[in-house]
Order: sequence, then structure tokens, then C-alpha cells
Amino acid sequence: MVSTRSISVTPGSLTYSDLPWIIEHREDRCTLCGQCTSVCPKEAIHLSHMRQRVPKLDVFSKKRGSNYRNFTGIRQRTTMANSCIGCGMCSMVCPNDAIIAVPGTNENRTLFFENQKGEPNKRGGRRNVQGTTLLDRIMFNRISMLTDPALDAGRHEFSLTTTLGRVLSPEVFLDRKINGGWIPPTREIFPFVIGSMSFGALSPNMWLGLLQGVAYCNEVLGIPVVMCTGEGGCPPWVLRSPYLKYIILQIASGYFGWDEIIRAIPEMQCDPAAIEIKYGQGAKPGDGGLLMWYKVSKLIARLRGVPEGVDLPSPPVHQTLYSIEESVMKMIQTLSTAFNHKVPVYPKISASTSAKSVLNNLVRNPYAAGLMIDGIDGGTGAAYNVSLDATGHPVASCIRECYLDLAAQGMQNEIPIFAAGGIGKNGNVAQNGMALIMLGASGVHIGKYIMQATAGCLGNEKNRCNVCNVGICPKGITSQNPKLYRRLDPDLVAERVADTFMSIKTEVKKIMAPLGRSQSLPIGMADALGIADKDAAERLEIKYVC
Amino acid sequence: MCRLALKTSNETFSPYEVLTAMEAMKEGYDGSGLGLLLRGIEFEDFKYNPRFPILSGIAHTEKAWQHLSSYMEDRGYELKYDHRYHMGPNLIEAEDRFRYFLRAYRMPERFRDKGTEEREEEMMKTRLALRKIGEENNDLTIFSFWPDVVMIKEVGWPMQIGDALCLHDGQIKSRVCMAQGRQNTNYGINLYACHPFFIQGIATMTNGENTAFVPIKEWLLGKKFPGYIGYHSDSEVFAHILHYTLKQLKLPLEAYKHIITPLSTTELEKHPQGDFLKGLRDVCRRLIIDGPNAVIGTLPDETCLLVMDQKKLRPAIVGGHEGTWAIASEICGVDAMIPDRDPTLDFQPMREHTVIVPPDRKELTIWSQHDPFPLPQAA
Repeated sequence: MVSTRSISVTPGSLTYSDLPWIIEHREDRCTLCGQCTSVCPKEAIHLSHMRQRVPKLDVFSKKRGSNYRNFTGIRQRTTMANSCIGCGMCSMVCPNDAIIAVPGTNENRTLFFENQKGEPNKRGGRRNVQGTTLLDRIMFNRISMLTDPALDAGRHEFSLTTTLGRVLSPEVFLDRKINGGWIPPTREIFPFVIGSMSFGALSPNMWLGLLQGVAYCNEVLGIPVVMCTGEGGCPPWVLRSPYLKYIILQIASGYFGWDEIIRAIPEMQCDPAAIEIKYGQGAKPGDGGLLMWYKVSKLIARLRGVPEGVDLPSPPVHQTLYSIEESVMKMIQTLSTAFNHKVPVYPKISASTSAKSVLNNLVRNPYAAGLMIDGIDGGTGAAYNVSLDATGHPVASCIRECYLDLAAQGMQNEIPIFAAGGIGKNGNVAQNGMALIMLGASGVHIGKYIMQATAGCLGNEKNRCNVCNVGICPKGITSQNPKLYRRLDPDLVAERVADTFMSIKTEVKKIMAPLGRSQSLPIGMADALGIADKDAAERLEIKYVC
Repeated sequence: MCRLALKTSNETFSPYEVLTAMEAMKEGYDGSGLGLLLRGIEFEDFKYNPRFPILSGIAHTEKAWQHLSSYMEDRGYELKYDHRYHMGPNLIEAEDRFRYFLRAYRMPERFRDKGTEEREEEMMKTRLALRKIGEENNDLTIFSFWPDVVMIKEVGWPMQIGDALCLHDGQIKSRVCMAQGRQNTNYGINLYACHPFFIQGIATMTNGENTAFVPIKEWLLGKKFPGYIGYHSDSEVFAHILHYTLKQLKLPLEAYKHIITPLSTTELEKHPQGDFLKGLRDVCRRLIIDGPNAVIGTLPDETCLLVMDQKKLRPAIVGGHEGTWAIASEICGVDAMIPDRDPTLDFQPMREHTVIVPPDRKELTIWSQHDPFPLPQAA
């Protein structure tokens, strides 16, 4: 039957209340300056001509009628391609407080249409689950009182570094010292590492700002922060600079950027902090990296050795992956050899019920310098929504299991475990990180929190913004479009990096001091942890408190 | 907080002298227990051969006592001497104390030609086996089994326990005596939780609490060394770390301080063996103690040592003169043990110091972590 054409409603038609974010616009305050429409990354709002009826009532002639006024105002688009993402840039630029995006309280009908042209929802950000996380609920409760004094976070000396790299057993170390054997390289680093975000995922200005901030933390503040590049290489000038020692170079299944890195090895002034081999990522386990074509600019194409404007999906597994022994061991060994066995090389995997078997394999690989485990709440620049929301394993129990397994073998000092995925999701970065450290992690990686804290990333778990994948980041953090990334001042990002790490350092001291700890990071000090959740307490082997 | 006292002298003396030092420091503890360790033993009624291992402990029932005797016989030990304390049992708070024993044995025949390591291992295994037997019914407590070492642990006020066991009458004397006056109250009262802690001739006692206890304990347990068990007290790990340093890693005594409280990276960068010590710190990172603690230890050759943790929040002082030295938590403790010394020469170690009283007891060695490290690996 032919549909009624007089009603312009299609199966995909939506109205404002169906959208996740609704624009509230006050005509009375708007001066039509046009700033909001030009800044909107989704072109969700547009200037529109509208007509208003002005009632006309002539009392004496007893005639009623209407006058009409034409005016120009702001309207929200309701198409999927232009639905508001709630970033709030419009209200940030509005000189007159005339506009704001508010979350829609009705059910979100766009969810049913996130499959335009058969393509499922892809986005950036992390698992859209709001509220307090398990890490937020962990308390530090072994307080030093009377039997031993609590320390003064402001006055005592604290040793807050952790070791990145394979550590020998004391017996083997002493033997090798006498007989001249190889002592695996280690780095003494701040336990909060800027997690892998690639040059490509991040804009040049963001990357530069982070690097400047990291250098300032190391050289001026004395906080030995390191950052990981993610897959996508490293700018050639950085590879040949003395700042390389603050950088963990990542290699992943696409090997993007490694031509440049290998070429730069003979000219490197110093060794990189470490090499991370990415086998998996918490946000999208079993999926490879994905840099969508929007973001493959001339610069990125040059760095990665690919043509401009093509999608760059890394395979889910390394091409050489046949078995863990052959590929992982060999890859670790090859990379260790490439850097003359002077740089720690460690794999990154997604948290999984199978993490322990990877770990036990690494224990037997003398070149493996650690294991990084990324949990389901980890962030990403681009992934399918279903991977982000539903695939993966929370990090806490995975780390705890792995640590206890190492402890049972007496190897907990030899292979450091690093944790990532949801640390600082609700802003409690030091608390979350220290909880993981006391559960057994040697340190943590933070990525999304760094974007939020240092550059004002607008993404959240209400699916605000989260458009990192398509290169339209309104803050210029994850865009390769110069018009966008020039909005971000690298110097201000660097300042925020310094602020962030100074504050984390103080909070870490404030956590350690009441526990009476100052001389070494309380790795595995699970006797200091409690949670008001019996099941979680039992699973993590910490105290149930209420 | 607890109080510690140690006296070491070329001449044997009664443990009661050390108890008087404990009495002098009485305000500092709660009378919940006493631990005593004596070395260089002299019995009033027996000419003791210092090669015979002495088994120290408490049999709580007659059955356990018989079990112990037959076990030792079955294992091939020949009883040479069975010390019987003159007792004042009504002074003891606990009720299930059938017999406090000190028994000297001759090693089984099969160990006559064995090396030191094998003999030491056998003694430790015997002690652990007896301890296990005792733990089954909770009727036997074993403190030590080692040549020339006597240990006593009991609940109550130190002086009262000394009176109960008549330690003042000269029946036992020693050249070294260490005493601690307080049960471990951080992790529950248990006779095994009382200091000093003992393993293969090495003993330590500690003032204060080790906040890094659980990670250190987990690491030591992971070493799977049979003697690294117990951990009823957070301070037991200090004895085991010292044992690990000296016996397992075979490092000199100076390494102990570098393991439990390593220097910071900035300090190590200036150290002549900084590179080695940084490596040592990394590999022994899980053994870093996080005091506040003063650790007092003694070794089989009668060497005594005193170290502080990095924060130095627990007091300890050493004083004395050639031939006799005392270490105590407070000056009044040292005064009680060696009143005739020159108190201006007393020494309170700083965070980097290890105070060592060598076996000849001529003078104190005050070794600083900043000093060059005496080891070929470090060269």
C-alpha cells in the first residue's frame, strides 16, 4: 500500500525528546552572533528562519486576526547524522548565555538508529556505565594509630617510585654480578603512567603538550613520569631528542610508525623508557587498533608510512601469532635485541580470565620485563560500541589473581604487573590507582583521565561527546584537523600535566602516610584494604568492612 | 610500644641483670610478655659443651613432654643434660605449663662427619617438626634448637617471670642476653609471637611495628624455605630477612641495612658502589621495611647489632666499655646494665648506621650505609 505522503514522518524520524541531548535556546538572549553554530562539531544546530504569529485584536471593530513576524533563530537538527552529542561547546562560546545542551530524560530513541547504512555504532570514550566503580569503593583502613605513629604527609620523605622492568631474584643477581651476566634493564618511574594514546589518535598539539608536561615533571618537579606512545610511532624529532627517555614506545599489530623508529635507532641520543607490545586493549579486547580515515592527515600518513585518508585498522592479532611461545617470546626477544638489551620490553594484554596463563608464560621468558593488563573500563579513540560496553574483564580481580599467582611462586618482585582501565573514571585517580597497587599492581596507566584532566576532554559515560573516532573533537584533543587542534594550546596542556601529577603525588602521600608507609610503594599491601561488599572482599581477598 | 635490652660481655652474667634493665624501662610496656635469648651458656650444675644443641621450649602437658622425649630419641639424639628450673609456679599467669625445658643433646651419629650446613639444616628441621607436633594439640611450644642458645618466652611482667623461673640464682649464665618486654599485640597474643625471633642461630628483636609486614611475609613465604613460617608477629620477618641476607645470599652483615632500608636514588648516585647497591635494592625491593623500628640482633659468633629504620621513630641507644656493651631502648636501660661506663660515649644510631659489637667486644663498629661496601660483587 502506498504510504501517506502528506505526513512527512519516516521510520527514522525523531523529535527533540527522542534525542540523548536537547538544545535549550533562549531567543530573547540570542544576538545571532553565530558562534555556537560555527563551533558545533556535529552541525546539530543551525540558523533557521521561522515565522511567529502575532495576534491582532481590534477591540472597537470587534475583528480578530493575525499578524506574522519572520525572524531568524537557532534550531536543533533531529537527524542521526546531526544529533547533538552534548559536548556543550555552544554554551562555552556563547557570549550571552543563550544556549545549553541538556540530557534528554526520555528514552533515547537514537539507540535504535545507530546502525545507519548497516554500520553499527562506533565511538570513542569508554564503557558507558555510570556511577561508583568497584575501585572507588575500596577503603584504606589499616591506619597506624598508637602502636605505630602515622606519618606526616607534608614533612616525611616518601619514596614513591616503582620499578619498570624485569627484576632478577637476589640469588641470580648476585651470581651474575660476580660472573658478569646480563642484568635486565629497569627504570625507576612514577607509578602513574600516561597510558598509550597514539600520535594519530591524539592531535599534534595534545601530544606536544603532554610531552612538554612530562618533561617538566621529570626535569623540574622531580616526578619521574613516563608516557606511552600507543601504536602509531613517534615524531622523528622526538625519537632523536633527549626526551625519548620519558617515552614508552608501543608496537602493535599494525606496526605503524616502526619504520621511522627503526631508522632512528642509530641516531637516538638516549634509550626509550620501555617498549610496550600491544596484544590487547581493555576497551576492545580481541580487536585491533583503528584509526579512521578522517584522522589520517598528511602528517599522520608520513609517520605511519601509509597513504593519506585511508582507514587504518590494525589486525586483531599480530600476523606472526601462532603460539604464545613462538610469537610473544620471539617478539619480546627481538625487540630487546634491537635496543641492545638495554630497554625493558613488556606486553600489554586485555584483562581476561586467561591473563594468568600469559603471565605464567612471561615468568619463564627471561626477556619479559613486565605485564600490562588493561581492564574493560579502559578508554579508546575508536571502537565498536558493543566492544566498549560488553566485551572485556574488569581489571581489579584480574590484577589480584595474577599477583597472588606470582606471590605463590615467589616471583612478585620479578615481573611487575601494571594495571589500567577505568582508573580515575570518577575523578578519584590517586585512590583508584593506590587501591590497585595495594591489590598487587606495580603501577597504573591512565589515559582517559589524562585527557579529561589536562586538556578538558568532554567525554563521559553518559555518552557525552565520545566522537574521538571521527576527528571532530571540539577541544582539538583527538582531531587531526588544524582548524580544530589549534584550539588547544600545548603550553596550557603542559601546565595541567604538571598540576595533575603534583596533585596525584600529594594524594598518594596522603594515602600512604596514615598507613605508616613511606619507604616503598605499598605494592600488594592488601591488609590495608577493605570494602563494604562481601562478595568483592572474598574475591579480592581483602577485608569485608561495614 | 615495647622495650628492648641487650647485654654482651666477655664474662658470663645472670639474665637477671637484663631483667633489671627491663624493670628500669617498665613505663614503656604493658607486662604482656617476656622473651629472653641467651648465648654463650654456662650452667651451674653441668659443664656444657657448646657444640651440643640445646632445645628450649615449654611442654604444656605431661603427654607432650613424653612425646617430645621419645621423638628426640627416635630421631637419634642423645640427651646429655636436662635443665630443671627452680620454679616459683604461682608467679606464672598461665596455667597449662607442665614443664619449661632446656635440654642439651648430642647430634645423631649419622651427622658426625657431615658438614656444617647439613647439621644446621637438621637442627632446624627437628625444631620445625617438634613445633608442628606441638601445634597439632597446642601442647608443646618450641623456641630454639641450636648450640649454645637458650630461649624463654612467657606471658606476664618480665621481673615476675624471672622470679618464677628463679633466674636470679645463678643457675644459668651467659655472655649475651637479649630481652624484650611485651607480647606482640598487633596480631594477637601467642607465645610464638613474642620476640626475640630465632632461625638457625640468628635472632632479632624489634621495637615498633613493621607496616610493610604483609608484602614482606608473602615474599618470604614464596621462597619456600622451610624455616620461613610462623609470622604471628610482624617483627618475625626481621629475623628471616637477616637470615636470608647472611645464609641464603651469603652477604656480609653490612648488607642487611642496605636491604631493609636502602638509600635513595640520589644518595646512591653519589655512593662509590651505587650501581651495585641500586641493583641490590631492586632485587630485594620487597624486603624494604617500613618501620618505625629499632632492630637488635645477635649472631652465632656472638656478634650483636643494632639498626634503625629510615624514619628513626623508635629509640635505641648503645653504651658500655671494652669487654661489656649494652643496647637498650632507653638510657635508663643501659644505665641499669652497665652503670660504670662513660655515658658521654653512648651512641644513638642515625638512619644510615649499623652498630656492630664484634665477638671480641673491644670496641663498637659504627658502619654507615654511605661507606664503601665490602664485597667483590660491588667492586
